Amino acid sequence: MADSAVTDEPETKDDIDQAKNDGKELTKEEKLRLRKEKKQQRKNKERKDDKESEKEKKSVPAAAPASQPPTQPTTHKAPPVVPAPAPVPVPASEAPAPADKPAKSKAELKAERRARQESDRASKQGKKGEVGPQASTSKPKAPPSELQPVVKRLPEHVQVDNPDVVKKLAKKLEKQQIPLRLDYGYKVSLFSHLHQYSRKSPLTQQLSIPSTVIHPAIVRLGLQYSQGIVAGSNARSVALLHAFKQVITDYTTPLNEELSRDLVNKLKPYISFLNQCRPLSASMGNAIKYIKKEISNIPSQCKEEEAKSKLLTNIECYIEEKIVLAAKAIAKYSIEKINDGDVILVYGCSSLVNHILCEAFKKNIKFRVIVVDSRPRLEGREALRRLVQGGIRCTYVLISAVSYILPEVSKVFLGAHALLANGYVMSRVGTSQIALVAKAFNVPVLVCCETYKFCERVQTDSFVSNELDDPDDLIVTRKGKTQLEDWHQVDFLGLLNLVYDVTPPDFVDLVITELGMIPCTSVPVVLRVKNVDQ
Amino acid sequence: MELQAVLMAAGGGSRMTDLTYNTPKPMLPIGNRPLMWYPLNLLERVGFEEVIVITTKEVQKMMSTDQKIKEVKMKLDVVCIQEDGDMGTADALRHIQQKIKADILVVSCDLITDVALHEVVDLFRAHNATLAMLMSKAHEFTETVPGQKGKKKTAEQRDFVGVDQSGKRLLFMANEADLEDGLSIRKSIMRKHPRMHIKTGLVDAHLYCLKKAVVDFLTENKSISSIRGELLPYLVRKQFSKTTKRPKSKEDSEDQSQEMSDSSTNQELLISSRDESLLELAQERSCWNDHHGDMSDAYHGGKLRCYVHITDQSLCYRVNTLAAYIEANRLAPKLFEESAVHPSAVISEKCQMGSDSIIGALCQVADKTSIKRSTIGNSTTIKEKVKVANSIIMHGVTIEEGCNIQGSVICSNAVIGRGADLKYCLVGNGQRIESEAERTNEVIVGTDQLMEI
Repeated sequence: MADSAVTDEPETKDDIDQAKNDGKELTKEEKLRLRKEKKQQRKNKERKDDKESEKEKKSVPAAAPASQPPTQPTTHKAPPVVPAPAPVPVPASEAPAPADKPAKSKAELKAERRARQESDRASKQGKKGEVGPQASTSKPKAPPSELQPVVKRLPEHVQVDNPDVVKKLAKKLEKQQIPLRLDYGYKVSLFSHLHQYSRKSPLTQQLSIPSTVIHPAIVRLGLQYSQGIVAGSNARSVALLHAFKQVITDYTTPLNEELSRDLVNKLKPYISFLNQCRPLSASMGNAIKYIKKEISNIPSQCKEEEAKSKLLTNIECYIEEKIVLAAKAIAKYSIEKINDGDVILVYGCSSLVNHILCEAFKKNIKFRVIVVDSRPRLEGREALRRLVQGGIRCTYVLISAVSYILPEVSKVFLGAHALLANGYVMSRVGTSQIALVAKAFNVPVLVCCETYKFCERVQTDSFVSNELDDPDDLIVTRKGKTQLEDWHQVDFLGLLNLVYDVTPPDFVDLVITELGMIPCTSVPVVLRVKNVDQ
Repeated sequence: MELQAVLMAAGGGSRMTDLTYNTPKPMLPIGNRPLMWYPLNLLERVGFEEVIVITTKEVQKMMSTDQKIKEVKMKLDVVCIQEDGDMGTADALRHIQQKIKADILVVSCDLITDVALHEVVDLFRAHNATLAMLMSKAHEFTETVPGQKGKKKTAEQRDFVGVDQSGKRLLFMANEADLEDGLSIRKSIMRKHPRMHIKTGLVDAHLYCLKKAVVDFLTENKSISSIRGELLPYLVRKQFSKTTKRPKSKEDSEDQSQEMSDSSTNQELLISSRDESLLELAQERSCWNDHHGDMSDAYHGGKLRCYVHITDQSLCYRVNTLAAYIEANRLAPKLFEESAVHPSAVISEKCQMGSDSIIGALCQVADKTSIKRSTIGNSTTIKEKVKVANSIIMHGVTIEEGCNIQGSVICSNAVIGRGADLKYCLVGNGQRIESEAERTNEVIVGTDQLMEI
């Protein structure tokens, strides 16, 4: 136990020195306390004025460790505001602090640290015990984040305006030998934390042509993503898994490596590359998690050929179950909800909704469809084509006309890019608008989504995490005139081309998944059940 | 492996025989580098590590001694073919069919360009195309060509190239020579692509990305001997031929052999990836279409696609005529930042040298000479009081005092006598011009060349 009789600074300083010089072993608690105090003193150097009031005598050789720089006249009575034992990321306010430390202190800190290490080595028989409870009795003045053992970090793709994060990303990409894609154009300030790329400067510009670092199938896939040839959540996942199948087929385990570990490491740069081409979707993220799990679960004594064929069959099963069969099941449930004489409104081009409607039509249900479309993607044209090809009577409007045609509509079917854990639906930008207007008109809104798109993220607005598409897509040429072609020259003019938005669960009446028809708020239940299954 | 590079360097240079009767075309010096160095440099810059070079034995011998070719870091796999010129480019591909294990990038040895190759290859990759090629807007040659009497012939055979609205998909390709009465376009093409742009002022850079299936097709179909002349128009036409013939022709017992071979070739040309069904599923679920306005799927359901990248900003030359050769020599110094004057050249101080001239290695340039906008080859000796302007002087040439050379091309090992005055002349290999000669706009070649017809 700590001796409470210890008094103030000058003595304590001598005490420690004496202890070190004598080779007397510092108790483990004392060492810990020393460390804590040093950290605290570092903090105090900035908060000189503030911290004075919060001092509390700790029963430990307080104050100046030997490292105290002589420039510091006022010895700090070591406030016991000790941080938790776990090394916690220093709060943001401390970030600028270390920079102003005088250079001298670094050398002295080093000396002190070395001395401490030597004394640690000298006292090898660790007196375990009261260190834990000791620390926990510390004053709860520590910042709240330090009490939490796990710190939640923001994903790096939504911190583009933080130069440190960008630098870290650049370093990571450099290590994986993947070129960094540069942002393009002026970004609207509300979205300056997101990437904005231009389609005219593809990532392949900086790659060597017979690509050796990245598998050709992945380069092709990245190109198709960035040019929009493969678009839509399901299509992207299927294409991703197809490319991974080719990667696995062409893979050979190097000597002294295990397939289960090496293949996962091989896939990491490919995933970074694809992320650079176009940010990964939630469905792709889940597919990647599945593959990584499957690869790591391969027993080490499995032969390479066997392992590879097992992986390939697993991937095929995944696609078959989660995408193809799920679509069939969802169609079956949805057809129960479509009646004769219905007028169904759809937005954009969702492969699942198109499939449902075509299946319903084949079952001879008499209904008609209103396709709502929006610029700049104008995906509704493609949905219109597929539905009309299937024989369905369709009407086509732009989103600005939605409130005019809603009185005619009996149901709204929407597709989803992802379903978030708090019940919000993330889908193409404009979906929340449709849902809002439908709610105002008391028209039921049904969202169709496979369970593999359920994601554990929580989002309540469309700003925090989104995707910015190429701003030049907004520029249109009419009668030979392009009004916005010099938009770079105009100061403070930003073109914003959002891709996704989130719809609150209040506007969604039903979510149709292959597990059945659930309310929006049951999404976390499904997620929990899925996790338990795995 | 994604792409294999093949360099076609066996061409004869039939349109500039004056230059090539002694030096084979791939080794003609441009800016003191052999012509084939330029495509090799292009391939090296974009990251190729190996190139298959198809050439003749003579060129191979010259390659092994050339300094600049030795500096190329890639592995050159040289395949020699006969010189008699019967072998077309497609025949050459058939010849190396064993070596080809992936899609190929075919480059001609006379291409000088600084285009960003990824644009062509990206079209090939992204659309899973069978063919992707490079074309460039033609530039007028402004330099006077020695030996050309009168105005430049304008009736060079034009190429008609039809592209779709986006300017990337190749719909139609024909040479003027093949079109008898007029340009006829099939209805099936017009139905699928109602808006077509037909361009005539384009230069084919002879840079093609071809699928491996095409090479396999060539081995089956031995009648095609030239890539540019026969294979390309065939592929472009086949994009729009009906593929539904296939099941019918199998059942129909009265098959014409033509139909049979058509269908079988169609099968070969079809892109056969290992997981066709997954790709189809992805495409079906994707909300993308390359055209709008009709009811068909992306690419109209066609599996064979040809793409072209038309560039008008990059430098792109094919050195197959004398005019192109001279133009290329003018522009060669702009392509790299090496110093114009080789360090081993001995240039006296009283010499006036323009900054746009290139002096080769081991040259000796004496006093009071003036060299403007010219290229001087290796080991050339230029004596006093010589004026060289707008000329190309190849290796080993000796120019005696007091000469005046303008706008001319002097081939290797020629000797120009004292006081000669040459304007717009072409002096062949090893020729000797006597002193005080005055020649204008003449082609001076040896009599042995005149005998070759």
